[in-house]
Amino acid sequence: MDFLRYVKTLAWKDVRVEFRSREIIYTMSFFAAMVVLLFSFAFSRQSATSSEMMDVSDLSPGFVWVAVLFAGTLGLSRAFDRERETGTMRALLLAPIPRAAIFLGKSVAIAIMVLVVQAVVVPLVALFFDAPLFAHPLPLVITLLLGTIGFSVVGSVFAAMLLKAGSRDVLLPVVLYPILVPLFIAAIKATAAMLDGSLEDCWFWIRFLAVYDTIFLIAALWTFESLVIE
Amino acid sequence: MTDSSRSAPLFIGAAVACIFGFGYTLSLIFYQTPLSAGPLYFNQKIFYYHVPCAFMLFLAVIICGIASINYLRGRNQKWDDVSVAAAEVSVVFGTIVMVTGVLWAKPAWGKWWVWDARLTSALLLWMTMIAYQLVRKYGGAGSERLASGLGVFAMVNIPLVYASTRLWKTNHPSANTVPSLDPSMRAALWFSVLLFTVFFILLLRLRIDARRAERRLYECREMALDAGIIE
Repeated sequence: MDFLRYVKTLAWKDVRVEFRSREIIYTMSFFAAMVVLLFSFAFSRQSATSSEMMDVSDLSPGFVWVAVLFAGTLGLSRAFDRERETGTMRALLLAPIPRAAIFLGKSVAIAIMVLVVQAVVVPLVALFFDAPLFAHPLPLVITLLLGTIGFSVVGSVFAAMLLKAGSRDVLLPVVLYPILVPLFIAAIKATAAMLDGSLEDCWFWIRFLAVYDTIFLIAALWTFESLVIE
Repeated sequence: MTDSSRSAPLFIGAAVACIFGFGYTLSLIFYQTPLSAGPLYFNQKIFYYHVPCAFMLFLAVIICGIASINYLRGRNQKWDDVSVAAAEVSVVFGTIVMVTGVLWAKPAWGKWWVWDARLTSALLLWMTMIAYQLVRKYGGAGSERLASGLGVFAMVNIPLVYASTRLWKTNHPSANTVPSLDPSMRAALWFSVLLFTVFFILLLRLRIDARRAERRLYECREMALDAGIIE
């Protein structure tokens, strides 16, 4: 399968570039950690009657996903900026490979970076808010994976489209978040169901995430070709 | 030029029909339909404008999505004009829906806003179309492609948003406070829907023509510049 080889090569290129400088991963992870910290300042408060802190662990799915979403957006725009600065995108588009392969390679690379961020954020949230996030490892991993796939697919399409646009840093979240809302709801619901221990609900939302990912993967593959033309 | 000048009488006719139609809906709504029993009383009247505008919002987004797909396929500027016009009109109707909805919700539900599926999905749709406008305005060169992409994704997103928001809040607020409709109320509603559809088509056509004229003007200017007629 030549196509998969292209995807692998392109993704590997991005990952290698990233792991040499570690610029995006470090900044994204630090930013995500900072967001989690801000959440703890915003929502942790003492209960009125005793000196104990109130339990906000039920909010932790929201903390995880908002931190991931914000950090992911940061990473997305940086990853594509790097391509623009060095002219890599033009070279890639000129290369005799299908556009879909470029797109998928990019998405895979973004997904890997987001997964690294999640590896930082999830334990951090579990630690700070005493949330039993690791009680059901398998649904957790699947939810994180599907959420990441959806994010990187939709994110890569819009980031690639915005490559040439003016004020792209502001426009990326503007166009991205309304489209990501169903994914966001489903991911938070799945994680929350996991915390409650209602695995049936959790699997339902995981299926929803899978449907979302499939639909947008198809839409992205179909539109990417006509959207990114130099 | 010929195109729009020939259809001018039609436009004027449609506009006049809209004005009279609007007057007629007022009479229907205030004189011919019964006042709603219960706590809503007079506030229920807003429903005759709210619901048709919501229909038009969804219609506009779907038209925008289809036009965007066609534009991306063939790069025909005509489709781009349609998608821009539909997106703009959708923002107008979305704003009406939001304002009337909020005004209605306060007496009906006791709150300005509840996170009901219908409310949330309409809000998101409206926000997406505002994002479309932002992209158009600030995206710079090539923003029409980006905006078309957003239009396609927004249309694909409609069922997903609706499904996710409906399942998101299981403790559904009493959305069925809308009373079972009296026949005269139903007639008024459908007349209003008809009126808003005509109005919608009128607005859409006007915007498309304006876009076309704008582009033609630009082209003429370019040609004149090339020919050295103007500086």
